[in-house]
Amino acid sequence: MTNTSVTTPDVDVAAKPPSVEQLANRYTKIESRDVNVYYGEKHALKHVDLDVYQNEVTALIGPSGCGKSTFLRCLNRMNDVIDICRVTGRIALDEHDIYDPSLDVVQLRARVGMVFQKPNPFPKSIYDNISYGPRIHGLAHGKAELDEIVQKSLERAGLWKEVSDRLDQPGTGLSGGQQQRLCIARAIAVNPEVILMDEPCSALDPIATARIEELIDELRENFTIVIVTHSMQQAARVSQRTAFFHLGDLVEVGETEAIFTNPEDSRTQGYITGRFG
Amino acid sequence: MTDTTSSPQGESAGPARRPLTISPHLAKRYARERLFRTLGLASVATAGLILLVLVGSIVSKGYSAFWLHHVDLTIEFSVDELNPDGGPIEMETLQKANYLGLVRDALKREFPDAASDRRERRKLYGLVSPNADIMLRNMVLNDPSLVGTTQTVSFKMSDDMDTFAKGFIDRDLPESDRRVTDAEIKWHDHFEAEGRVHVAFNIDFFTKGDSREPEEAGIYGALIGSILTLTVTLLVSFPVGVMAAVYLEEFAPKNRFTDLIEVNINNLAAVPSIVFGLLGLAVFLNFFGLPRSAPLAGGLVLALMTLPTIIIASRSALKAVPPSIREAALGLGASPLQVVTHHVLPLAMPGILTGTIIGMAQALGETAPLLMIGMVAFIVDVPQGFTDPATVLPVQVYIWADSPERAFVEKTSAAIMVLLGFLVLMNAIAVLLRKRFERRW
Ligand SMILES: Nc1ncnc2c1ncn2[C@@H]1O[C@H](COP(=O)(O)OP(=O)(O)OP(=O)(O)O)[C@@H](O)[C@H]1O
Ligand SMILES: [Mg+2]
Repeated sequence: MTNTSVTTPDVDVAAKPPSVEQLANRYTKIESRDVNVYYGEKHALKHVDLDVYQNEVTALIGPSGCGKSTFLRCLNRMNDVIDICRVTGRIALDEHDIYDPSLDVVQLRARVGMVFQKPNPFPKSIYDNISYGPRIHGLAHGKAELDEIVQKSLERAGLWKEVSDRLDQPGTGLSGGQQQRLCIARAIAVNPEVILMDEPCSALDPIATARIEELIDELRENFTIVIVTHSMQQAARVSQRTAFFHLGDLVEVGETEAIFTNPEDSRTQGYITGRFG
Repeated sequence: MTDTTSSPQGESAGPARRPLTISPHLAKRYARERLFRTLGLASVATAGLILLVLVGSIVSKGYSAFWLHHVDLTIEFSVDELNPDGGPIEMETLQKANYLGLVRDALKREFPDAASDRRERRKLYGLVSPNADIMLRNMVLNDPSLVGTTQTVSFKMSDDMDTFAKGFIDRDLPESDRRVTDAEIKWHDHFEAEGRVHVAFNIDFFTKGDSREPEEAGIYGALIGSILTLTVTLLVSFPVGVMAAVYLEEFAPKNRFTDLIEVNINNLAAVPSIVFGLLGLAVFLNFFGLPRSAPLAGGLVLALMTLPTIIIASRSALKAVPPSIREAALGLGASPLQVVTHHVLPLAMPGILTGTIIGMAQALGETAPLLMIGMVAFIVDVPQGFTDPATVLPVQVYIWADSPERAFVEKTSAAIMVLLGFLVLMNAIAVLLRKRFERRW
């Protein structure tokens, strides 16, 4: 935590809380029940039940090593690539179990995109970075359509103006903030339903962070977003719902406003007021 | 830094300042740094010097192999010999005619007094290359109208005469101590005085196979042999090596079994090459019955030897690709195979190519395993395919270095120069390929 000196629970909650109507029509995009994750012997995530609602931003907070990234990576089965990792329980996307053996992981990851903590553009041109996903999934027919997808994605990520004249230059040559927006553009280019973000702003300066937060708020219109963050303010600013993890347990989950103003669990209270974590 | 040598004029006011003068500690550090630099420079200089001496000695010994002395003789294409029956000239007669006689006649005409003694006559005939008749026959077959005319024809000198003409044999030595007799020197001087000895680029060295006669021996056969052999090696070891590395690095589960494989591959890289030769003999020749002395068998043996090098280099190149790239591609929904072929392999390719070129350079210089499968044979014909008997450059160097004739000394060095040139070319290609791959990212 760099700029937080939270002493009172009432961090200003800037994100628009869902209206009454929205609350009534909430649609559960991702439903997880009794999710356990083991890294070898280590029980990293314990009996997590967490729902993610459509077109909302769900923030995962908690002290380092509590299992936020682990949970996030369960949602698009990125944990599959870790040999020693074992996942039990049920995670459903639109009520289909994503750990069903008949499910195609590639299709799942096309529907659940991911943005990583450190910007990781491919060492290719900006254009190729964005067009890679649509290309492998066959989303575009012909160059013109692909061009359009590239432009749209960059526009939605707020990067088009900065890079429109140098699409053929390597994505790795952009600044850190631009790279992260490039990665977001790359993720939305495959038109996923859910976007997972693991501390997307941790490597960025406050201005770049502000831009990304703005972007997240806009993206919420069309996507469902799950974000891991270490910044209380960020969670408060961008999310509608917040989940607090501690030592592998999901301690508390609820409306962001409620979590920050009136946490039920003392551990949550302690964490958001900066007493530990 | 604890030992602050406070400067005498140090003002005590204000926060304690560190002195800007160089403390003993710092001086020691500088000295160490200087020492390290000097040692590094000395090492580089030593390596450079050794290289210079090596190349210098090879070039100074071998440069003379690139040209040969020729001597002009007046040849009578006598009708008696070439068309004894008269009438139209028949190719068959031309084929069979005694061209050696023509050459000998010319020499006898030149030095009538030498013709009486039999031993001296033999020496006289030995002035020019023993293959002079073949050259004459080709001339006449190409142009039958020569029959009946008298022409001045330029002949290669025999190896000893060429060596003498190049000045490598001291004429002041007593006759018994040198390879050329007084008579031969006399004849040489005679031609020289008439301006009939001249030097020409030894093009045959680059266009012909091996020969018992040094002046006829060329490197081309061995060069083609090396190219064919290395082609087999590359075609086998590169795909297999890269596939093995990719599988082990990207797909195989990390467990004790794969650890065991890894250890064994590393050990394989250290196995003496002659063992691979024996293996090749047992497996490729005796069991599979591949032709002996052929680039196919040689290439396979060298591929066995090169594989561990390529696998190890490829694995470390793959390991060096940041995991974040794999995660990015996986997160976009690329299949594991797509992750490898679209992202990881292109990024690892420069490293893989470096490893491959090191392996290929080793293979190019390898002799021992090839001895085991019969590639050390004396082969005159330039190989036409992968199953023809062939030899390779280092083996050719070995054969020539082992030959007693003085003229093979320069050939040996010249062959080494060709070998090194080949090596430089291979490295240059690798650098170019690497540049191309690097530019793509
Ligand atoms: N690949 C792995 N192998 C073994 N253990 C792991 C692995 N990844 C995570 N862990 C363990 O699982 C626990 C949860 O890790 P996780 O990365 O989910 O934490 P986090 O909440 O994201 O922490 P941070 O905020 O520091 O990113 C940690 O104790 C960690 O040591
Ligand atoms: Mg994390």
